[in-house]
Amino acid sequence: MSTLIRDGKVVDEHWAWVTADMPEPPDGPAPQGRVLLPLALWLARPAPLPGRHTGVWLGPDDAPEALLPWLADVPVVAIHFPLFTDGRGYSLAHLLRRRHGYTGELRAVGDVLVDQLALMAQCGFDSFSLRADQPPAAALAALAGGLRSPWPCPDLKQRREVGL
Amino acid sequence: MYRYKQTDQRLVEDRVAQFRDQMTRFLDGRLGEDEFRPLRLQNGLYVQRHAPMLRVAIPYGTLAAYQLRTLADIARRFDRGYGHFTTRCNIQFNWVRLEEVPDILAELAAVQMHAIQTSGNCIRNITTDPFAGVAADELFDPRPYCEIVRQWSTLAPEFLFLPRKFKIAFAGGAEDRAAVRFHDIGAVARVADDGRIGFEIFVGGGLGRTPMVGRSMRDFLPREELLNYFEAILRVYNRHGRRDNKYKARIKILVKDLTLEGFVREVEDEWAWTRGGAGCISDATFREMEAFFARPAPEPASDDDSAYLAALAGNRAFVRWVERNVSAHRKPGHAIVTLSLKKTGVPPGDATAEQMDGVAELAERFSAGEIRVSHEQNLVLPHVARRDLPALWEGLRALGLATPNIGLLTDLVCCPGGDFCSLANARSIPVAAAIQQRFDDADYQFDLGPLELNMSGCVNACGHHHIGHIGILGVDKNNEEWYQVTLGGREGSRAALGRVIGPSFAAGQIPDVIAQLLEVYVGVRHEGEIFIDALERVGLEAFKARVYGSERAQGAEA
Repeated sequence: MSTLIRDGKVVDEHWAWVTADMPEPPDGPAPQGRVLLPLALWLARPAPLPGRHTGVWLGPDDAPEALLPWLADVPVVAIHFPLFTDGRGYSLAHLLRRRHGYTGELRAVGDVLVDQLALMAQCGFDSFSLRADQPPAAALAALAGGLRSPWPCPDLKQRREVGL
Repeated sequence: MYRYKQTDQRLVEDRVAQFRDQMTRFLDGRLGEDEFRPLRLQNGLYVQRHAPMLRVAIPYGTLAAYQLRTLADIARRFDRGYGHFTTRCNIQFNWVRLEEVPDILAELAAVQMHAIQTSGNCIRNITTDPFAGVAADELFDPRPYCEIVRQWSTLAPEFLFLPRKFKIAFAGGAEDRAAVRFHDIGAVARVADDGRIGFEIFVGGGLGRTPMVGRSMRDFLPREELLNYFEAILRVYNRHGRRDNKYKARIKILVKDLTLEGFVREVEDEWAWTRGGAGCISDATFREMEAFFARPAPEPASDDDSAYLAALAGNRAFVRWVERNVSAHRKPGHAIVTLSLKKTGVPPGDATAEQMDGVAELAERFSAGEIRVSHEQNLVLPHVARRDLPALWEGLRALGLATPNIGLLTDLVCCPGGDFCSLANARSIPVAAAIQQRFDDADYQFDLGPLELNMSGCVNACGHHHIGHIGILGVDKNNEEWYQVTLGGREGSRAALGRVIGPSFAAGQIPDVIAQLLEVYVGVRHEGEIFIDALERVGLEAFKARVYGSERAQGAEA
């Protein structure tokens, strides 16, 4: 089972990760009943909101705009990195955080490696589900002291009118 | 020149520590080969045919004399006493030892240099006109904008794992000396009718396997929107560029798939979110950057040009050199001098440690301590007083850097090829040497006039063969080296890709083939008409007929 880091600390918390073609969560039901639904299932789930223990995960192809109606309520948005060299998740994180003003937990899942954590944090991720072989201590160190771009990233929470 | 602030200096030093740690983990097995590969590439480190190769960044081709001395020192202590200047204005060391690379990076950091993002699927070294800031025909100096984009793109966290590499070039005006139409983004200086400063933006140019001329996607981008607009382009590319096939992953393929109009619409929609917002570059930032690039004010040249005039009157070799290697400077009484790294018998772009030290000294004496690297793999001294030209020429002759061939046949562009590069299909340096030897006669070259011959050892096209008036591409056929010839490529505002003239040749045939092409040109040219213009006027057929009419019989490979 992979380590979860949130806000710079290792947390003991398991979220089952559901895929669209999967009848049951892969690790069986999570102990505290916490699940991450793929975007399609999230959008198709019956109202009302499933509560604090259901989050959503986006694949690199997904459009984060689909989540706009729920951004104030969804407890966790996870972005899946199928390979650490697939950089699409960085743009999705940027859009959710900087453009759409998402303030909840933004989690990197999948091929999440120590050497990319500082980059992910700069794009707005604040929790990281490490690949199973990644040492947690090194991950914490990377997040605390990682190299950062000196160019200021403007905070763009205000949506501007399109078509200026 | 730009001078590092504390944040820049700390960044390159921290980067050394970071890479030293990554290298240690790789060498002791804690970091796997696949995980290490992108990290080492983003620090310029390739695993090559004989030894690792380290590519050091020379941002927009600008070097200070003390930096060039450090490059010489690295060549001596960590390599075999020389380095190779590339078509992207960087320098490569071909014989470094893997475990010493962190030490080399530390030496570089001490002189405000690094190898960050000189490879990998990220925004690469920004390039520009080697005459930027001093060219007589320039609208405005593009270097402050290059530096802004350099800072923005360095470790830009969103864009370090793009579908493929991404190259940006700037040109300062009328004459494009930076091949901007062959970059993922090319920005060409424009001044609007109301005096506003900005750029025309080209997208989707590139060489490699699928060569394309970049297309204009915006006539005028106000300068303050530069980063907002680039970010929009990069985000659209990062999200939608192909990742399933590395040969179709460059932005040019996305532009083709979406059509230019479709791509522009996506970018403009993205830009609409940031336009006019907090990401605009402030006037204060522009002023701060422009101050770094204010031209040095050398002692006003006295009117005493007598040594220069005497040399012009009495020394034919000096006159030749002035004719080919000295260009117009915007300041009266001054000149821009190009140092040829294309002496016959030396691999194009190579310089020894002694030459680098010598150039550093001459730059301090005659060029305000500044050196430029051109994408034609030559060096440039941008601030030379005209009266100093004779003394500079003597100094360059002693270093073997005064070959009067800039823009002529033997000033050929050439990648390291199969002698070094593990990607290459064929060697390029021996073929370049054979061509230089065959056409070494200065009178013949001067008579031929301007001619660009570019050669690459494989389709990755580091030698820019597609944009040579004559291009040569090494290909592999049944484990044998063959060479394909293209004609009609050109850079600049009339950019075009060369076309293959027919079946490829063995290495030994290439000098004869070139000779035949030149004979056709000499036969058809009008008074003062250069090779590429004559070729465009009369078409390919006459050239093909001359080459294959005779070669077929001698068994050119079909």
